[in-house]
Amino acid sequence: MNKLLLIIQREYFSRVKKKSFILMTILGPLLMAGVLIVPVWLAMRDKTDHQVLVLDHSGLFIEKLTNTSQIKFTYGAESIASAKLKLKDGPFDLIMEIKGDALNDEKTTPVLYYKKQPGISTEQYITNQMENILFDYRLQGDSIDIRKIDKARRQVQLLTLKVTENGTDEKTNTEVNMAIGFGCAIAIYFMIFLYGSQVMRGVIEEKSNRIVEVIISSVKPFQLMLGKILGVALVGLTQFILWIILTLVLQTAITKFLFKDEIADKVKQNSQIEKVMKNDLTADITTLEKVETPNEAIALFNDLDKVNFSQIIICFAFFFLFGYLLYAALFAAIGSAVDNEADTQQFILPVTIPLILSFIIAQNIIKDPDSSMAQFFSIFPLTSPIVMMVRLPFGVPMWELLLSMFMLIIGFLFFTWLAGKIYRTGILMYGKKTTWKELGKWLFYKG
Amino acid sequence: MDSILEVKHINKQYGNYQALKDVSLQIPEKAIFGLLGPNGAGKTSLIRIINQITGPDSGEVFFCGEKLAPKHVDLIGYLPEERGLYKKMSVGEQVMYLAQLKGLKKNIAKEKLIYWFKKFEIESWWDKKVEELSKGMQQKVQFIVTILHEPKLLILDEPFSGFDPINAQLIKNEILELREKGSTIIFSTHNMGSVEELCDNIALINKAEKILDGTVSDIRKAHRSNTFHIIFKGNLLGFINALWAGAEILEKKSVGDVHTLTIKLLRQTTPNALLEAVLQNAEIISFHEIVPSMNDIFISVVENKPAVNTQSYFTE
Repeated sequence: MNKLLLIIQREYFSRVKKKSFILMTILGPLLMAGVLIVPVWLAMRDKTDHQVLVLDHSGLFIEKLTNTSQIKFTYGAESIASAKLKLKDGPFDLIMEIKGDALNDEKTTPVLYYKKQPGISTEQYITNQMENILFDYRLQGDSIDIRKIDKARRQVQLLTLKVTENGTDEKTNTEVNMAIGFGCAIAIYFMIFLYGSQVMRGVIEEKSNRIVEVIISSVKPFQLMLGKILGVALVGLTQFILWIILTLVLQTAITKFLFKDEIADKVKQNSQIEKVMKNDLTADITTLEKVETPNEAIALFNDLDKVNFSQIIICFAFFFLFGYLLYAALFAAIGSAVDNEADTQQFILPVTIPLILSFIIAQNIIKDPDSSMAQFFSIFPLTSPIVMMVRLPFGVPMWELLLSMFMLIIGFLFFTWLAGKIYRTGILMYGKKTTWKELGKWLFYKG
Repeated sequence: MDSILEVKHINKQYGNYQALKDVSLQIPEKAIFGLLGPNGAGKTSLIRIINQITGPDSGEVFFCGEKLAPKHVDLIGYLPEERGLYKKMSVGEQVMYLAQLKGLKKNIAKEKLIYWFKKFEIESWWDKKVEELSKGMQQKVQFIVTILHEPKLLILDEPFSGFDPINAQLIKNEILELREKGSTIIFSTHNMGSVEELCDNIALINKAEKILDGTVSDIRKAHRSNTFHIIFKGNLLGFINALWAGAEILEKKSVGDVHTLTIKLLRQTTPNALLEAVLQNAEIISFHEIVPSMNDIFISVVENKPAVNTQSYFTE
């Protein structure tokens, strides 16, 4: 037991001390954050305040354009030439000129003068405002009640509610569930490959270094294999925990500095949703609409709140860990059967098949998360780490989850035992290219 | 003589391939025991069984009278023929790791390692990475790790490969010193010169079976073929006549009236009779028996031919 600990220690520290580990640990969350945040950030980048001088010769828009925290409209009546001077020396950075006949002549368009190009969202905001005002004005001209139109135009928002076992309603979002499920599954898939192949390379290294015989004269081959698998598992967990911590730190930092206003909006919106829920949906839903949703990312935050995160995180940790352990044993067996990495291909492919199959099955599971196929593959140990993670956000009965976990542990023990048999023979075989038939024979050699 | 290791009727099979067939050995305590045999004979299989890397299909191994068990692993030191170190690891970290795997406590391992690194004058290597060391240097480190825990039984498979003559001598002296201190050494090699120099006992394995064992001197005596080497000055013809039917001349060489002959005595002829025959005709310069070398014995036993042929003989 003591020796197993020594092996785990060596495997762990020799990897954690590597520069590549430290680099990956730091870069991982940054890359992830980059992928998630950069698009949002880019969309929101146009946040500079604009002072717009409106020269409205038609008189239609005066005092009607709505100010926002970023765009302030001021109305003037001077000539465009003198106004342009103000653009040069401030305080205005945008001048909008609306010719007198803009109202009736479709060919005359309002002109926006700028010193520094405003972002698309600013332009769009101004256009929208003007369109709305024009729309209202024209309807009024035709003496049509605007409120009638508004009523007729009401948007439909589908609120999906899950009835939980204790009878309460829960807001769910299929897309969010899908995204979380797939996200976790892909993470597990990559982790299994990343750390599994580390185990495999470690075994090949020991074999090609010829140190393996020295070590197994001191410890049992199985101990060496297990020590390596567990050591790398700890490396994976360390990296995983560091990633979570770093991501949380990054997230806090980003929400603090980038999404300040949006978070406030979100809180406002949340309290309104709650109000709606409490009043059994009889409350005026229109109040919901009045809160402007700045962008879709914020809307997502709402639905994320409804996902059972503690369950998903615990299950993710479990399925990652045991999924890895199971596959790592297979990878160790592969490593022991070959002399160098180039020979591993023929053995890796069959090991990958269940993992790839899992993703094919996952496509169908999203359509029908409770089908018997979904049930079977989320319990079958070789596919459960991925399939179960895809199913989980849709809600899985507790007994199925526990059975799946139990089967995965059994699967892990079985495949480790199997791999151990191949491993102890394989690590001492040099020169010959191993075939599947030979692997089969090794299983029956006496220790 | 007490035996430290007793191997009884070991069989080992890999698929259809019989690696060991009913092999029995007794290795006396404090001996240097040569385990010989051609490539693929089954030596490594036997060594791996003794090291408990693999188990026998049938048969038993006794260590100090007890049935071989996992606890004995720490009492055995093994230097495999195929040996190496972690390339990316520092020498110091690595030797500490390997020493602790052999059951040494951390502080004791450190103490002993410092002693050996000083003795071999390689202290400066401690912080180096293994990949910076030459092959010979790595072998030295491996040798230290093998003997560090002062094993009762030391198994060395081709310990001198990769060493220059100076370092080979250094290792040889250490092996002899270890024996003085009470270790028993199993020594597997193809270098018959070092077998004659170092080994007290040998066993020869060929095609999975033990075909010869005993002390080196007994074996060599047993393989004598009554062949003598004689140099004399005088009348060759008279000498040959005097010998007539009692001997066969295998080789002769004459420079002037100095004759060098290799003679195989037949049947009842004694060396004394040979000498008498010479004394009548000549003046003896040199006379000795040709005892077959381990090399000859190895070849002859493996190939099932007589030990001495005129082409290759070494004299004592």
